[in-house]
Amino acid sequence: MAVTIKALRKSLWVYHVNAGACNNCDIEVLELLTPRYDVERFGMVLVGSPRHADVLAVTGVCTRQTMPRIQEVYLQTPKPCVVMAIGSCALDQGIFTEAYHMGPRVDEAIKAVDPNAIIAYVPGCPPKPEAMIDAAVAAMELLKSME
Amino acid sequence: MNLLLAIVVFLLAAAASLAVGLLLKWVDRLVTARVQWRVGPPWYQPLADVVKLMGKENLMPATARQTGFLLAPVAALAATAVAAAVLWYGVLHPSGAFIGDLIVVLYLLAIPAAMTILGASASGNPHAAVGATREIKLLLSYELPLFLAVLVAVSKAGWSFRLGSFAAHGPALYSLSGVIAMLVAVVCMQAKLGLVPFDVAEAECEIMSGTYVEYSGPSLGMFLMSRAMMLAVLPALLVLVFWGGLGGPAWLSVPSFVLKYVLLVALTTLIRNTNPRLRIDQVMKLFWYALTPAAAVALALALHGW
Repeated sequence: MAVTIKALRKSLWVYHVNAGACNNCDIEVLELLTPRYDVERFGMVLVGSPRHADVLAVTGVCTRQTMPRIQEVYLQTPKPCVVMAIGSCALDQGIFTEAYHMGPRVDEAIKAVDPNAIIAYVPGCPPKPEAMIDAAVAAMELLKSME
Repeated sequence: MNLLLAIVVFLLAAAASLAVGLLLKWVDRLVTARVQWRVGPPWYQPLADVVKLMGKENLMPATARQTGFLLAPVAALAATAVAAAVLWYGVLHPSGAFIGDLIVVLYLLAIPAAMTILGASASGNPHAAVGATREIKLLLSYELPLFLAVLVAVSKAGWSFRLGSFAAHGPALYSLSGVIAMLVAVVCMQAKLGLVPFDVAEAECEIMSGTYVEYSGPSLGMFLMSRAMMLAVLPALLVLVFWGGLGGPAWLSVPSFVLKYVLLVALTTLIRNTNPRLRIDQVMKLFWYALTPAAAVALALALHGW
């Protein structure tokens, strides 16, 4: 299905999953839609339902409470899809590492339900919009290998 | 031989409407982007969206009724394709069209909305249920004024329900009743296309795309294609019914048709970009207390020769 994957790379629809972020990463995610960055140039738009999504933009730490929800949202996203772990918290729990309410890392939680999940990591607290665009490009390259 | 010709015309018209619709969708998105001081997507964006959706997984919600859920997008796409075929045949072949094709087109163009309601109800999602009730209310709001407005043009064309006869009788628009009817029809077109300010049924920020919330992959793609074709078909219908279609002097007919067509599309984009979303009760009040009486007055004026 080379054609559909090619089209997928040109049209990544993003669903924003806030797993418990401090809103800093979320502001930076919304920055991508502004005239300065305008990711719609690459066909990326925000959608309202995980069923329409190709990219899950996960921000925030994965707590024990949110872990089953993140996994459920991932399962409800039609494949092929990409998970973007955005920010230090989503990457390795940031300053909350030793807190009592922590679940696994976001990528571990996703890999627990799908070992073959495609995950892009965006470090930073918060990451710059440029870093997120870079991760999107990396995700597109990963999808290219599926063609 | 005639049957073969009809099939070829049908396929060509459906494919052409889809291509034009996707292109218009891009124009719509590009203009929106430019209004917001952005660059906007490349020209193939709507095509890439649809092709991508065809390759995605089609998820079935646990709460859904499978038959209705999967059949609805197919029926919506098929109805729009047939409507496009009948309409373009009426535009290009004024003499060859059959009696009553106007009624058939209007009837077929109501089916996508009905199928959206069916699919949303079958999905068993509360957001979709809210979207479905809103879509029903929208349908009840805009269908009557649209039919009354079209009836004005029909009365001007000597009570002929053939798409071909509008071009022959001169544009209905160049009269008082015609202007009112056209204005009503443009607002109804906006509502039929589900564009802002009438996108209550799929309000993204309040009910998460409402009627389409559970749709994914090819099913969603079919709904999107159906809507793109509606975007291509409805302005053509309005130009044909109210604005003379391909009539007039031969050298002017095609350029003027295209110009009017583009003008109507630009108008919908402009309305979409400069208005906030209305609440569903505001939508119904607008249609029932303002536009339906206006269309009725226009019809009365038309019957008195204005």
